Amino acid sequence: MGEQLLANKAIAVPGEEIARGMDFVPAAGTYRDKESILAARLGLVSTDNRLIKLIPLSGRYLPKRGDMIIGQVIDVQLSGWRIELNSAYTALLSMKEGTSEYIEKGADLRKYFDLGDWIGTKIINVTTQRLVDVSMRGPGLHKLSGGRIIKVNPSKVPRIIGKQGSMIGMIKNATNTKVVVGQNGVIWVSGKPGDEIRVLDVIRKIERESHKSGLTDVIKTYLGAPDAVGDGNYEQMDDQNEDTGEHHE
Amino acid sequence: MHLLDYFKEGFRPDGRKLDEFRPITIEAGTIKTAEGSAIVTIGGTRVIVGVKMQVEKPYSDRPNEGTMMVGAELYPMASPKFESGPPNAQSIEIARVIDRGLRESKAIDTKGLCLIPGEKCWSVIMDVCAMNEEGNLLDAGSIAALAALNTTIFPGFDGTIVDYKHPSDRKLELKKQPIAITVVKIANYLLVDPTNEEEQAMDARLTVTTTAEGTICSLQKGGEASLLPEEIQAMLELAKTKAKEIRGSLSGKGL
Amino acid sequence: MKTQVNIMSKYQRTDGRDADGIRPMEAKVGVIPQADGSAMFKIGNTIAYAAVYGPRELYPRFLQNPETGILRCNYNMMPFSGAGDRVRPGANRRSKEISMVTENALRPVIDLHDCPNAVVDVFIELPQTDAGSRCAGITAAAMALADAGIAMRDMVSAIAVGRIGDGSYVDLSYEEEALEDYPVADIPMAFVNRTGEVTLLQMDGEVQTEGIMDALAKGREACKRIHALQTQALKNKFQGDTQ
Repeated sequence: MGEQLLANKAIAVPGEEIARGMDFVPAAGTYRDKESILAARLGLVSTDNRLIKLIPLSGRYLPKRGDMIIGQVIDVQLSGWRIELNSAYTALLSMKEGTSEYIEKGADLRKYFDLGDWIGTKIINVTTQRLVDVSMRGPGLHKLSGGRIIKVNPSKVPRIIGKQGSMIGMIKNATNTKVVVGQNGVIWVSGKPGDEIRVLDVIRKIERESHKSGLTDVIKTYLGAPDAVGDGNYEQMDDQNEDTGEHHE
Repeated sequence: MHLLDYFKEGFRPDGRKLDEFRPITIEAGTIKTAEGSAIVTIGGTRVIVGVKMQVEKPYSDRPNEGTMMVGAELYPMASPKFESGPPNAQSIEIARVIDRGLRESKAIDTKGLCLIPGEKCWSVIMDVCAMNEEGNLLDAGSIAALAALNTTIFPGFDGTIVDYKHPSDRKLELKKQPIAITVVKIANYLLVDPTNEEEQAMDARLTVTTTAEGTICSLQKGGEASLLPEEIQAMLELAKTKAKEIRGSLSGKGL
Repeated sequence: MKTQVNIMSKYQRTDGRDADGIRPMEAKVGVIPQADGSAMFKIGNTIAYAAVYGPRELYPRFLQNPETGILRCNYNMMPFSGAGDRVRPGANRRSKEISMVTENALRPVIDLHDCPNAVVDVFIELPQTDAGSRCAGITAAAMALADAGIAMRDMVSAIAVGRIGDGSYVDLSYEEEALEDYPVADIPMAFVNRTGEVTLLQMDGEVQTEGIMDALAKGREACKRIHALQTQALKNKFQGDTQ
């Protein structure tokens, strides 16, 4: 019979034995070596019945199709823009995907997105060689003007968004700011300078205390906020929350 | 990044006032292999300075004096922007500005480093090494170099061979205590202790090195924009004030 | 004149340690905030910092591998870190060789198939050295890689074992490396924790096969203790993340 040696929410270091027994199934971040399920990276143990996986605590962003991310224009080319993703890989935003309106050939693409612009965009394709295509066509995808950019480790994004967007919704309401959270760990905040700083402060606090249970209440008190409000729109990436809930791989 | 909206309110993106330094820590004299050392942090920026002393031949035009040298290494470990390789313009500037502050103030009594005129003298070599870069490496390096020199003890020397294993009981006594303070100009605002973002956004900067007596012993203007004389005066005053404050708060801790 | 055997049986370690005694150690993870992962490892008076950046874009292009990311290690001693004279900054033959064996010591446990064409850079810097520096660098680097979330099937730990006469002595000190009265062989080694695979093995000196096998066995045991420290340091950093 199997035995789980590391409890749920325990930290496993690479090579550490998490469980023993043939009825366990290794999932993301773990592997089997004979009878044992071992950690294939540093992470947090998460068991679902007999399925054992590790939730990452760190690691740079690797682009995934379907992710809503925030990127920066680093090059304006003839038929598109090159976008930096806070990752080892950059993305191409082709003219076709640039906006829902028609862009003429030979048009000055800088009129749409210029060097240095930040955009909320969606990854529509990632090849095996990690060539990435993004698109601005879709609800809630647009240039992010003004405001400031805060970077966090991508593994913290689910916590910052919260269940059904409750955490980020609460932060926005309490600080009167617009916030967009990218899956790639890039966050855009816009409001009065003092309020933007409050958001930065809270985000850093969430980063530090990310796996504490009851964190939403802790933050609520910290902000002096009214009750958390979960907004309706989860697919969109406008200045409301943009996620379908907790993302644990 | 709408920095000016912040400055109008009187603070910066990290919440500090425009003339406010991040917390400074000094850990002095802990590197056993160095004759003197200091690890300084300003906020998240961390710099380590080691002082080594060697016996060399004096320069022919200064036979009665010892020598000093400052080098700077911006290790790639400290920032994603740093690359391996020979010193670039940024690290050379840091080294030379710190060097000038010490040299022009005559902080080190080079005559006291003479062993045999024309033949042997002590050479004091400082290496300023960046370990984590979050802005204002120059000021951090300057404070660390000073604190390191203040802990420096001459190695043993029998006239021929230097004995690093058995230090002498002679401390290096500095005649002056120069500190560099960098003031950054962004539009019409003057700031001290810039973060990486603020350094990127700056129009111009002025690094002012002063001694404890308030004498300015070195200046370095950087950045592509120009400065008006009135701006320079304001920057000089601000730098002098901050240097005095920092000396006060760190006295007994390495300065 | 005493025979070799008599001398050997009387060897007492210069600092009073047992044959398998390791100098006091310290490990801390997350010491370089700018890096994606970092760690400090101290053993005796040798201090090694390791910082990991990656996976990140790799230039020049011709180094890119479309099948997998690559690991690139850079080992460097700070100019004031040696026992004697200042060491001129910059890569030298010794540091280049150590960079290479460090890479080889870590590569077997790392899986970079998830990041083709990219690079994981490991930078090792030592502000103070007192023997065992390449091993300290590898031990720190393994923690830093784990901290950076790199896919790793296991941890790697490293130690230098000395053969002094007929005995194996773990974690050779600087004095022991330079012993004049006894023949000394310095054997730096590194092990994958669970399997005991050897990923670093070098030797300076003269030994017989049995001597090497004994040194390996002693080193393996010592590395288990080092591994316990690495594990604790990694968990300590993230302890605040779990409650």
